[in-house]
Amino acid sequence: MSWDNAYESLTEEHDVSGHWAFGTGFADALAGVGHDVPADVDRAELAAYCVMLGDDALVFAQRLSEWCSNAPELEEDVALANIALDLLGQARMLLTRAGEVDPTVRPAAAPEHVPDEDALAYFRDERAFRNVRMVEQEPGDFAETVARLLVFGCWRLALFERLAGSRDPVLSAIAAKGVKELAYHRDHAAQWALRLGDGTEFSRERMRAGLDRVWPFVAELFTPHPVETRLAEAGVAVDPAELRSTVDDVLDRVLVAAGLPRPETPALPAAAGLAGRHGVHTEPMGYLLAEMQHIARSHPAAVW
Amino acid sequence: MTERAELAASPGRETPEREIEELERRFQRTVDAEQRIEPRDWMPEAYRRTLVRQIAQHAHSEIIGMQPEGNWITRAPSLRRKAILLAKVQDEAGHGLYLYAATETLGADREDLTRRLVDGRQKYSSIFNYPTPTFADVGVIGWLVDGAAICNQVPLCRTSYGPYARAMIRICKEESFHQRQGYELLMTMMRGSAEQRAMVQDAVDRWWWPSLMMFGPPDDASTNTEQSMRWRIKRHTNDELRQKFVDMTVPQAEKLGVTLPDPQLRWNAERGHHDFGQPDWDEFWRVVKGDGPCNAQRVAHRRRAHEDGAWVREAAAAYARKRAGDAGGTGRAARTEGAA
Repeated sequence: MSWDNAYESLTEEHDVSGHWAFGTGFADALAGVGHDVPADVDRAELAAYCVMLGDDALVFAQRLSEWCSNAPELEEDVALANIALDLLGQARMLLTRAGEVDPTVRPAAAPEHVPDEDALAYFRDERAFRNVRMVEQEPGDFAETVARLLVFGCWRLALFERLAGSRDPVLSAIAAKGVKELAYHRDHAAQWALRLGDGTEFSRERMRAGLDRVWPFVAELFTPHPVETRLAEAGVAVDPAELRSTVDDVLDRVLVAAGLPRPETPALPAAAGLAGRHGVHTEPMGYLLAEMQHIARSHPAAVW
Repeated sequence: MTERAELAASPGRETPEREIEELERRFQRTVDAEQRIEPRDWMPEAYRRTLVRQIAQHAHSEIIGMQPEGNWITRAPSLRRKAILLAKVQDEAGHGLYLYAATETLGADREDLTRRLVDGRQKYSSIFNYPTPTFADVGVIGWLVDGAAICNQVPLCRTSYGPYARAMIRICKEESFHQRQGYELLMTMMRGSAEQRAMVQDAVDRWWWPSLMMFGPPDDASTNTEQSMRWRIKRHTNDELRQKFVDMTVPQAEKLGVTLPDPQLRWNAERGHHDFGQPDWDEFWRVVKGDGPCNAQRVAHRRRAHEDGAWVREAAAAYARKRAGDAGGTGRAARTEGAA
């Protein structure tokens, strides 16, 4: 009678390269990539840009992970968790890069032993987050999540396809890896948009309403922050204004195929000209951060 | 191989009683010879029923088990821990899927089993009816709860029903991954602040006895053991597995630096095993019968998710029907090809 059992070997010492836990010993996505910042690039601006793209991914991953155990089908629990994990992975690399190129980006409140990615995720206040406002919205129903994932996926894929040509070797490598992930996210969302748009009358109405709720946040995706504009000119970043026609084209094709009208809800105004990229967010953001950050901040001396 | 082929069911034919006896003898010979029973093979109705009940209960446990740890995904205190936890809870959904698929090879239906779960007609492991008030609970669930699950499940990799055995091989691999992650979290926390060490000890105190209960009631009170062992669905008794779990856990607790909350726990050189106290079996039966701290909450959560998603599943089915009916390829569905 065999008792061969992994439990027995639990206390054995493991080689640090062992693939036994996420983040432990897996091939580094950035292995072999140079980390030098091109000499003419402003390091503070590059860090700020990494934070913008990192925050988009982090905050959306946080929202998508709220679906876990709440999805309409088990396959969807798996798929949405997968997408959240991809985005979380992108966020971790981008926030780490931000801290690497400009150590002053670390918030003063972060304890020294906390790595850059966690210092930025857990110890910044709301005004220091630079994500677009679309990703911080409450998930809403499944159709609204599909609508948001569709728009965000189309936009970020178009962005990363161009960013793969960045002069910053790390941004370029992160984008090249992310393109494969984002193509899947976009495809997954598009397939659901078709099923819901061309499923039942009820689902069509929900999908239409979901798109209406997401649409006010679309214009902001294409509004460049001065840092984005300057870094795009330097060949490091992507000017989001250039993505509009590509994204519109893909979205239009999905909407037509799904038999859904293009939403006409007006863009959400910025607050005194300031929106997510300036750290001015909508009210749900504060609650999201309160939930995400409170354990880390309650135990600043702790190691996790 | 020829005998296996003869065991295949012959649908649409009444089987005379004498023939059934012969089929039963052959079935038991196959099982005794440690060969696998496959979906197309003849099997006693009671064997099929027992398997559906056991595998469904196991699948439900994976799905309900997403909740106590899922409770911490949005609050995990580092991004690495968040990724580990999200991936783990995702794995549990995957395990539920493999197991529901295994029940479907026995003629069950996922939708029907889910209905039974949310109506309270089928059970899941009682361990998930306890709350997870601190982040240390995530680590202790990985160490003790996944550890107990592995002890229960490793022998199932050789269980007599083929699809179940094969699902369990994959599940056990992933479970041991989870268990190491849990133990590593606890090791890290024990090396951290005094506050964190207290948090770990508190979680161990709360989870130790429920973990021992995971092996089921003592052998003399277990109604299903004997028949299940004869069918090789089960291979060790509850008490054997519990003893094994305690013997393995004690040195791990020492290495971790936590105390297991059992004053009777001591090494018995004569037996070559640890002596240990009995869990509160009255509490066990109360929780099994629905009166635990989280029973109502867990089932209500699953029911809400399932019912809230009904319109999405209906839409997907309607869309699939339209596509299937779209033989000419001229409808809207056919025009979607190049869209994404």
